[in-house]
Amino acid sequence: MVSPAAAPQTSSQGDAPSQVRRLARVLAARISRPWTLMEVCGGQTHAIVRSGLDQLLPQGLRLIHGPGCPVCVTPASTLDQALDLARLPQVILCSYGDMLRVPGSGREDLLSVRAAGADVRLLTTPLQALELARRHPERQVVFLAVGFETTAPATALLARHTLATGIGNLSLLIAHVRVAPAMEAILADPGNAVQGFLAAGHVCAVVGTAGLQLLVDRWQLPVVVSGFEPLELMTALLRCVLLLEAGEPRLLNAYKTVVRPQGNPAAIALLQEVFNICDQPWRGLGTLADGGLTLRGPYAALDARRRFALTADDPLATGQGAGGTEGVCIAGAILRGRALPTDCQAFGRACIPDHPLGAPMVSSEGACAAYFRYRRG
Amino acid sequence: MTSPPPPDGTGVERIRLAHGGGGTWMQRLIEQELLPLYTDPALARHDAARLELPHGRLAFSTDSYVVTPLEFPGGDIGRLAVCGTCNDLAMAGARPRFLSLGLILEEGLELERLRRILGSLALAARECGVAIVTGDTKVVERGKADGLYINSSGIGLLEALRPIGPEAIRAGDQLLVSGDLGRHGVAVLAARHGLQLNPPLESDCAPLWPLVECLLQAPIQPHCLRDLTRGGLAAALQELAQASGLELALQEDCLPVSDAVARCCALLGLDPVHLANEGRCLLVVAPEDLETSLAVLRPRGGAWIGTVRQAADTAPGAPPRVLLRTPYGSERVLVPSSGELLPRIC
Repeated sequence: MVSPAAAPQTSSQGDAPSQVRRLARVLAARISRPWTLMEVCGGQTHAIVRSGLDQLLPQGLRLIHGPGCPVCVTPASTLDQALDLARLPQVILCSYGDMLRVPGSGREDLLSVRAAGADVRLLTTPLQALELARRHPERQVVFLAVGFETTAPATALLARHTLATGIGNLSLLIAHVRVAPAMEAILADPGNAVQGFLAAGHVCAVVGTAGLQLLVDRWQLPVVVSGFEPLELMTALLRCVLLLEAGEPRLLNAYKTVVRPQGNPAAIALLQEVFNICDQPWRGLGTLADGGLTLRGPYAALDARRRFALTADDPLATGQGAGGTEGVCIAGAILRGRALPTDCQAFGRACIPDHPLGAPMVSSEGACAAYFRYRRG
Repeated sequence: MTSPPPPDGTGVERIRLAHGGGGTWMQRLIEQELLPLYTDPALARHDAARLELPHGRLAFSTDSYVVTPLEFPGGDIGRLAVCGTCNDLAMAGARPRFLSLGLILEEGLELERLRRILGSLALAARECGVAIVTGDTKVVERGKADGLYINSSGIGLLEALRPIGPEAIRAGDQLLVSGDLGRHGVAVLAARHGLQLNPPLESDCAPLWPLVECLLQAPIQPHCLRDLTRGGLAAALQELAQASGLELALQEDCLPVSDAVARCCALLGLDPVHLANEGRCLLVVAPEDLETSLAVLRPRGGAWIGTVRQAADTAPGAPPRVLLRTPYGSERVLVPSSGELLPRIC
C-alpha cells in the first residue's frame, strides 16, 4: 500500500528533479557494459514510465518490467468464479476498484455483470466487507481478496474479525500471491535475461528482506530494495548498476525509511495465523510453487470456494490472454520480462484499456497500461 | 442508501409520490419549498417565463446533475446544478441571466435534506447573478432515482466580441488554468468511498463568470475557454488538440495541484489531470495577452501551463498530441482516462 508519507509531491520534493538528472549523469559515466535490470513491482513500472526515467538511462542499460501487478496475475479462472458468484441473487461481491475491470476467460468483467443486475461493490479497505455483511444479514457477502503481501495482512485482519464476531454471511475468494516465488521463477527460466532486481519496497516493508538474501545467495545477483519515487528509483538503479560493475552480488536496502530487515512482525504473525503457503496459478506465468496463500485452520471455514462448492481452479484457464486471444496477446512474455508492451502487435490497436486483450492492459499498474497512458503516439 | 420510511409520527418528513401528483400535496411543496427560489414568484405559476433582454446575442446551455452523494464537502447537487450550467455559459463568453430548474425527486427523500439543497441552490444562483424563471418537479417511486436529480438550462447574454472556441486557437497561443486541479473529483470520491480525509478536502465548485468578466474587461479576448468538468484537464486538452489540429505542449511542474490532492491521488492511483473540477477552466490566449491574463489569474491561484504549437513529427493522419514535459527532462503523452475512475488496489 502507498503511505501518504511516500506520496509523490513535486512541490515539496524541492530539488528532486535535478538530483534525478544528476544521478542519471553519474549512471552514464559509471556504466561500462550493457546490463539488464528488472523492477519487480507494477507501481515502480508505472512511476518509471510516468516520469520518463527510462528515457534518461544510458544506452545499454535495459529495464524490463516485472510481474508485480496482482491484478494482472490473478488467474482468469478465479475471475470466472467471482463472476459466477456475483450473478447469484443472494450474493454481494466486493473487491478493489481495479479488479472490477479485469475480464475472466470470456469478455465479461465484474462491471459488466453489475450492469446486468449483479450486486458488485467497490471497497477501499477489506474491513468494509464486514460492515456490508452486518448491514445485509439476509445476503451472502463475498470478498475477492487479491494482492501481494502488501494487501494480504488486511485480508487476514478481516478474516480474524469475521471469526471473532461470528459473522456468518461473509466469505473470502482468495487470490493472494507471493512475490519471492515469482522472482525465483523468472531466474529459473532458461530464457532469463535479468541480471539484477529492484525489489518491491512495500512488500519488503511487510515481509522483511531475509527471503531476498536467500535469492541473492542462490542466484548470485544483486538485489536493491527500492521505493517508488523517481529519485528513489534512480538511486536504486544506480546502486544496482554499481554492484554489477563491481561484481558484487549483494542485497542492498535503498528504502530504509520504510523497510526494516525484519519487516513488520505484527503483520507477519497475522499472515501466519490466517494463511498457509500454497502453489498458485499466475495468469501468464503458470503455476508457481509456493506462489500463493490459502486460508488455514479455522479460517478455512471462510473460504468462498468451499462455501459455494466451487470446483478447483482449472489450470487451463490460467493462460495468458483475457479470453480466446492467446494467439495475439503476449501478456505472458511481458509478465516474464521477455518482451515489452510495444513488441505486441495488438498493443494500442486491438488492445486498449477500453478493450483489454490481456491483464497488463487492465490494471493501472500493468506494464501495457503504463505504456498506453504515457508512451502512445 | 436510504432507509425505509419510518412510520408516521417519527418526525422525519419525506417526499411522497403525492408530492408529484398535481394536487394539494404538490401545491404545498411548490409554495413552501420552491417559490422562494424564484426572483419573481409569479413566474412559477405560469407555464412559461416571459423574458426581457437588452439584445439578442445569446448563449443557451443545458446540463443534468446526478451526483452521488447528494451532499459532499464544499458543495452539493444544488450548487452544482447552478454553477455547472452557468459555467457552461461563461465559457462561451456569456453573462448568465436566466435558469430553468427541473427536479426529479425520489419517494422517501428527506424533506429537510431537500430544503438544505434548495437553500444552497438559491445561494449559488445569487452568487452567479442568475434568476430562476421556470421549472418543473416530478416524483418517482422509491428505487427509481438516487434521491434527487436536477436538470438546469441557462440563458446568458454574450459579452465577448468574437466567438470563443477551438476554431480560434492558433499556434503560439498560451495555455493557462484558473486554479488548482482535481479538488472536486477527490472530494466526491472521498465522500462516495468513505475515505476519511483529515482535514476534509472541499470541492472547488464555484461560478466562473466573475473570472471571465474580469478578463473581458482587462480587455482580453480569450481564443478558447473550457471548463474542466468530467475527464478533467486531460480530456479538455485532448478535445482542443483534436478540434484545432494543433499540438499542445505542457510543463508538468507548472500544473497547479494542492498537496492534499496530490497525496490522495498517489494513494488511490489516480492522476489529478483526470479528475473532475467544477470551478476551474482552461484558457487559451494570444501570446501578447499572456501577461495581462496572468495578472487576472494569479491572485485566484491560476497559472501558465504550456503552449500551443504546430504538430511535429507525428505519423500522417495521427491525431495531434498533448505532450507533457516532466521535471526530469523526459516527455510523455497525456491521454484521457478510460472508463470509470477506480481506486487501485495497492
